[in-house]
Amino acid sequence: MKRLATLRSIVIVVAVYVVLQVLISLGLINPYWQQILSFAGIMAISALGLNLIYGFTGQFSLGHAAFYGIGAYAAAYLSKSIQSTNPLILLLGIICGGILAGVVAFLIGLPILRLRSDYLGIATLGFGIIMKIVFDNADAIIPSLGGSRGMTGIPRLTSFAWVFAVFVLGIIILRNLVFSSIGRALVSIREDEVASEAVGVNTTKYKTIGFVIGCIYAGVAGGLYAHLYSFLHPSNFDFLKSIDVLLIIVLGGLGSISGTIIIAFAWTFLLEGLRVILPEAILDWRLVIYPLLLIIVMLIRPKGIFGGREIKFLFPKPESFKTPINRSETSK
Amino acid sequence: MTYFLQQLINGLQLGFVYALIALGYTMVYGIVRLINFAHGDVFMIGAYFGFYLLGRFKLPFPLAMVGAMLGCAILGITIEKLAYKPLRNAPRIAALITAMGMSLFLEYFTSLKFVFGPNYLAYPRPFPIVNFNLGGVTLSNIQIIVFGVAIFLMVVLQIFVAKTKTGMAMRAVSFDKQTAQLMGIDISRIISITFGIGSGLAGAGGVLYGIAYPQINPFMGVMPGLKAFVAAVLGGIGIIPGAMLGAIIMGVVEVMTAAFVSSTLRDAVAFGILIIVLLIKPTGILGKPAAEKV
Repeated sequence: MKRLATLRSIVIVVAVYVVLQVLISLGLINPYWQQILSFAGIMAISALGLNLIYGFTGQFSLGHAAFYGIGAYAAAYLSKSIQSTNPLILLLGIICGGILAGVVAFLIGLPILRLRSDYLGIATLGFGIIMKIVFDNADAIIPSLGGSRGMTGIPRLTSFAWVFAVFVLGIIILRNLVFSSIGRALVSIREDEVASEAVGVNTTKYKTIGFVIGCIYAGVAGGLYAHLYSFLHPSNFDFLKSIDVLLIIVLGGLGSISGTIIIAFAWTFLLEGLRVILPEAILDWRLVIYPLLLIIVMLIRPKGIFGGREIKFLFPKPESFKTPINRSETSK
Repeated sequence: MTYFLQQLINGLQLGFVYALIALGYTMVYGIVRLINFAHGDVFMIGAYFGFYLLGRFKLPFPLAMVGAMLGCAILGITIEKLAYKPLRNAPRIAALITAMGMSLFLEYFTSLKFVFGPNYLAYPRPFPIVNFNLGGVTLSNIQIIVFGVAIFLMVVLQIFVAKTKTGMAMRAVSFDKQTAQLMGIDISRIISITFGIGSGLAGAGGVLYGIAYPQINPFMGVMPGLKAFVAAVLGGIGIIPGAMLGAIIMGVVEVMTAAFVSSTLRDAVAFGILIIVLLIKPTGILGKPAAEKV
């Protein structure tokens, strides 16, 4: 039974990849849309990380884009200073980006994860704004980072295949983590922090684990992003970008992996699609229609479009997990 | 020394404008526990109301001020009724995302060409600038007006909240919504009034900001909004004197950093102080510690 479910997941993943690659090689997905597809995958990776932090562990973070930016700048700095177009540099870059984001998350998380709900959100918001200022002035210390003029000359190494591979790996790790004993501890903290501490869960330790892993996802996504457009600007990592990721996981339903993925792709394609669909005369309306849609969706489906449910056949639950893992909502 | 005093006055000027925005944040948070991200954009629209009333309709300054406050109050109540009221019993994050959506909508809708347009506009001067020299420190009549109007509005608000029946109802609702309802308080009405007052104060802040820093555009509310919110948290969110204190600290720190350290670091220092205060006293400078309940 279990083996069958795993096999089915593998078949689905391979089928999706083959279909997309065939469409690309037939020229049905042109390079522009390939880039959008890759970007959607990157957003999904980053959103999976925030879903672990907020959706599963219940720690409200408004500074996700800061870690995304740390990963992006670290990876870009590495590949730019090595000056090689070997694709393995990308692998090294995203690993370094992920590690650096994780280390910073650990150092920041240890003190600020003591804060609860909105206060944690505000502290991470403050951290995000401080990091944006650091990116803006980074050229004062390391000139090649470009500061507020933006960082150019990053080799364009990210291909759709890379994004897809990291994306699938990210899903597998997250899914197994959530159904492990660590995942149980994280969910118990989300449900009731005081009570889970009372039954012996080391909440500080598990909150930090959840936060660091989530930020590593952001760092890895940032590393891929840096090599996708070969240009980085601090405004790509400001407060609004943190909100973008947050609204992806909220619309997808907190604590739902499949919801996050579907919304990450739908959101990216909606924003780009509006650019294509709208006639030239009302193109300015694109960013008016988008928040209106957002408000309407929230008013109709306040618990997210999928309301925290998973698509069962994609995410088989282990036999031992009879109790639902994503029923209740986070903040009271 | 005179340079320091001069910067202190400039900092207070900025701080009082932040205080007018922060009051709306803190009152709304105190009552519905919502970070109303659209509040900074209400402030922006207040500045534009002032722009049109002063520049196009040539109204005298006090009338334009009252007009902008009324316009913003109506806008705030409308936003609450349309976007937040249906979500009152939904997860809090849903209202937060809606507030963010409302903020983006106001910014991008007002930057459409037939609304306010995306460009910077020069703010009309309702009166000539007069500088007073007080022992080497200059104080302009604009600064006196900013201080005067802000302090006047804060005193009126404090009296309203402390002495009137509606003010008492507001305090009761923020203390315990359900019990307040049992005592016969119309919660929806109180929430509407709170949004109205908060938005009106933001509108006043917008006009003052316009005459003090005479350039406006549809995105001018983003940073002051965030900083005013941070100021409200700094002073202890939900506490009205706390918001004033936090806002003045934010304004003075920002101007002092720009004057004595580096103007690129002004926001970093302000937000750094926020994080440190949160770590030492998470409920803010004037906040009371909250009990943990299982």
